[in-house]
Amino acid sequence: MLDLSLADWLSLFTHFMSLSLLAVGGAITTAPDIHRYLVDETHWLSDAQFTSSIALAQGAPGPNVMFIALMGWNVGLNAAGGLGAGWPAVALALWGVCITMIGILIPSCTLTFVATRWAHQNREMLAVKAFKSGMAPLVIALLIATGWLLTGKHENPAQDWPMWAVSAISTLIVWKTKTHLLWLLAAGALLGGLGLI
Amino acid sequence: MTTSHSSAPNAPKSKTDLFWSFTFLALQGFGGVLAVVQRELVDKKQWLTLDEFVEDWAVAQIMPGPNVVNLALMIGGRCFGLAGALAALAGLLLAPTIVVLLLAAAVAGFADTAVAQGMLRGMGAVSAGLIAAVGIKLMGALKNNPMGMMTCIAIGALTFIAIGLLRLPLAWVLLSLGPLASVWAAHCIKQRGAA
Repeated sequence: MLDLSLADWLSLFTHFMSLSLLAVGGAITTAPDIHRYLVDETHWLSDAQFTSSIALAQGAPGPNVMFIALMGWNVGLNAAGGLGAGWPAVALALWGVCITMIGILIPSCTLTFVATRWAHQNREMLAVKAFKSGMAPLVIALLIATGWLLTGKHENPAQDWPMWAVSAISTLIVWKTKTHLLWLLAAGALLGGLGLI
Repeated sequence: MTTSHSSAPNAPKSKTDLFWSFTFLALQGFGGVLAVVQRELVDKKQWLTLDEFVEDWAVAQIMPGPNVVNLALMIGGRCFGLAGALAALAGLLLAPTIVVLLLAAAVAGFADTAVAQGMLRGMGAVSAGLIAAVGIKLMGALKNNPMGMMTCIAIGALTFIAIGLLRLPLAWVLLSLGPLASVWAAHCIKQRGAA
């Protein structure tokens, strides 16, 4: 069981606040630093808890930032001595969720809200128009590159071609048809669960 | 403040509408919400045109923080101010947080098994395809870009090579290519205005 003082919780909160403004390109870009802080330095989270938090958040519905909530949950559970401790453990785990999620969200949300309101009020300004037009081809290419990277992280073509095929086929289906996305994800989970890809 | 300039056919009716719409789309988004956001808000609800979605997404991407969270704040804030932004944000995060925590409590241990890993792999392969497909669909919005299609394709190709093939850090690419493209776009807009 961990013993987290009020100062420790405060340090957890301020650490996530400081990461918030660095998370350009999504919360997942901060994962390496969170690993360094929570696993290597403070030992508030085990390596296995870190990995399964990311995996679970990816398998669950919702934005990817949910992995931050799971990490807060696990730190709280560790501080309470595990789920076996009953309701006090759940309460402390929920407290952990609040600390990490509010910390990671407040700075970036405040900045985004203020900046985009200003941009909307000045939407006829040349600089605002030029920024939006100039960035459009970049962010579109970025999406395609993200899809490419997520597919291409498996380095062995002879063994991994079924993964590529699944990605390519789902790209085509989403592009050309109105098939519900959940059917595609379910099909992927089924193929993967049966060990076919 | 309403979206009077907007050419999109629809708008959220109320803060409650925002909250439930974002809850509904967040709960459909496995492995990221972006593909669902595009389909729900542009194709189905038509709160945004494809052009507006690309513009908003560009801003959401460049601001720090989770992209979809930024997008929710922008759409909510534009329609109903701070209260709207908070309603959209709460919709996006509340239900998924509850689901993921219940899941964590229920499957503790299962997430590390071979079957679960296989399922995540399969869903990962599909969601890679979903994200790429959104990018391909959004290319349609470049038709109206003041820089012209050829320049857009060139900038897009450079970005793809830098991120997808050379694996350069995102911040470098955005901070070098972004200002160049924006300055060129400003030049093109001025020229078009003068013509």
